[in-house]
Amino acid sequence: MNINLLKMVSPYSWEADGALLYGSAPLIAEMDEKVLEQITNVAKLPGLVGRAMTMPDAHWGYGFPIGGVAAFDAEEGGIISAGGVGFDISCGIRCLRANLGWDDIQPVAKQLADSLYRSIPAGVGEEGRIRLGVDELDEVMMRGAQWAVDSGYGTALDLDYVEETGKMKGAEPECVSLHAKHRQLGEMGTLGSGNHYLEIQVVDEIFDETAAQAFGLRTGKIVVSIHCGSRGLGHQIGTDYLLLLAKAAGRLGIRLPDRELACAPILSPEGKQYIGAMNSAINIALANRQILAHLAREAFSKILPGSRLETLFDVSHNTCKLEQHSVGGRERLLHIHRKGATRAFPPHHPELPERYREAGQPVIIGGSMGTGSYILAGNPGNPAFASASHGAGRAMSRTRAAKRWNGRALIDELAARGILIKTRSMRGAAEEAPGAYKDVDRVVLDTENANLARRVAHLSPRICIKG
Amino acid sequence: MGEYGYFEHDADIGITGTGKTVEEAFEAAAKALFSIQCDLSEVRPLHTINIDFSEDDFEYALVTWLNRLVFEAQSRKMAFSEFSLKRNGENWHGEAIGQHWSDSMTRGGEVKGATLTGLSVKQEGKEWAARCIVDV
Repeated sequence: MNINLLKMVSPYSWEADGALLYGSAPLIAEMDEKVLEQITNVAKLPGLVGRAMTMPDAHWGYGFPIGGVAAFDAEEGGIISAGGVGFDISCGIRCLRANLGWDDIQPVAKQLADSLYRSIPAGVGEEGRIRLGVDELDEVMMRGAQWAVDSGYGTALDLDYVEETGKMKGAEPECVSLHAKHRQLGEMGTLGSGNHYLEIQVVDEIFDETAAQAFGLRTGKIVVSIHCGSRGLGHQIGTDYLLLLAKAAGRLGIRLPDRELACAPILSPEGKQYIGAMNSAINIALANRQILAHLAREAFSKILPGSRLETLFDVSHNTCKLEQHSVGGRERLLHIHRKGATRAFPPHHPELPERYREAGQPVIIGGSMGTGSYILAGNPGNPAFASASHGAGRAMSRTRAAKRWNGRALIDELAARGILIKTRSMRGAAEEAPGAYKDVDRVVLDTENANLARRVAHLSPRICIKG
Repeated sequence: MGEYGYFEHDADIGITGTGKTVEEAFEAAAKALFSIQCDLSEVRPLHTINIDFSEDDFEYALVTWLNRLVFEAQSRKMAFSEFSLKRNGENWHGEAIGQHWSDSMTRGGEVKGATLTGLSVKQEGKEWAARCIVDV
């Protein structure tokens, strides 16, 4: 991106045509020009409050850029956009802390990896062990992770550490097509493919001792991170509504700078239907990660009896949620689109569990399978509607990465570095090569320097199950 | 017989299909999509799935065709390798031929859906070209 097109607001924020881009000059300069084009188009949508923003991990998406954040006021004609949420509605990370250190796992690492690989259905064409009927699926859409716990997957204690305590309000399964429901019947408890993973990680550096203590993190201890979303149901809702909203835009009186920004006024019938369907998909994602956490616990206990995996937090990064924010000294209810951006509530926010009230919300930033991930905490005074980065962000396209790396050779190279990868897809491994991602350390440092969140701990990958 | 290929996109994958007719271009685009998910040469032509839809806009028709294929493949746990498509005005009838996934088949990446991004269907000289970005 030509940084000369932007006005520097601070060393970590840049302004252009109603948009604000967070990140240091080198990170911004490395972003594709399309990021600027997409976020300035978002800034032209009706009812925007403040500026449309990108996080330091932003990259070119469809509709909104990935790493995009935008707030809309329903009372001022604000819109809801399917392209501002993404196909993988409520994609996010469930993070579990273990009562084990790497020393406990290392001697049985291969057996544990095999056990997890057998237990967690991953990759294209794989089916879950749970097969639901349409009526049961409607119940999952209404009750989310609470349904999963009541069905024997995990415990009620997990729910205290899941956003919305595991159940998103406002779900309306009748707004979800039969196609979407049929796509989900065999998909509960599956990981998916692409950048989704289940990873065993070691806490190898602590930056904030007080917050780390609140989060139950100690150097040398193990964390399990599960990255996935609402599977086929969410993908089909994205498909259905992207086309429906694009076709309806003219009739709804919305002039789209680009039709990929397909959207509808929040208070229109189409807008309300999308919100009802999206909230249903959020519950599917929350239930799915709850089931996967349970399957991970089962796989652990087969190899390491006495192991305990407690939910540290579960946070989504592809959503639009109604939240109260202070804007210009006035409290307002706003619809916050976060597409590839993590909610980052500050300390003392009423939606935080008691245990994290002083530290702030855990913000989980997943890196690549070779470099590591971070846990951060929400800060007071976050300037981006309590939002932060969600990952390292891609630096190279999947097609280029697949040409540049050989999946088998990459897996062998990572094994030599002590990172065990289990996958059926060699192409997928090549596409997800660590070199195809931005430098996660720099993304996270920029996230901290822009006061979007503060670093608590760094996690190093040891075992990675990929789709 | 159309030809398929790819173009660059940061997070996802751009697919292209070209042919002498718009239908042939769409069939080739379908091959591009399923080549992301599987090795087409490994897929046996065991089952035929019929796909019917109505759409008068060629660009929306491309997205609808690809998304119907994604739906049929995912909900049936199948991979497709052969495609045919016929058009009568705004009514389209397609067939996708393939098999259910088996353990021996090479796995690529899962396609979540076709998007409106990078979407175009154009006649260039004697050839039709169809393209869009698919979310993976």
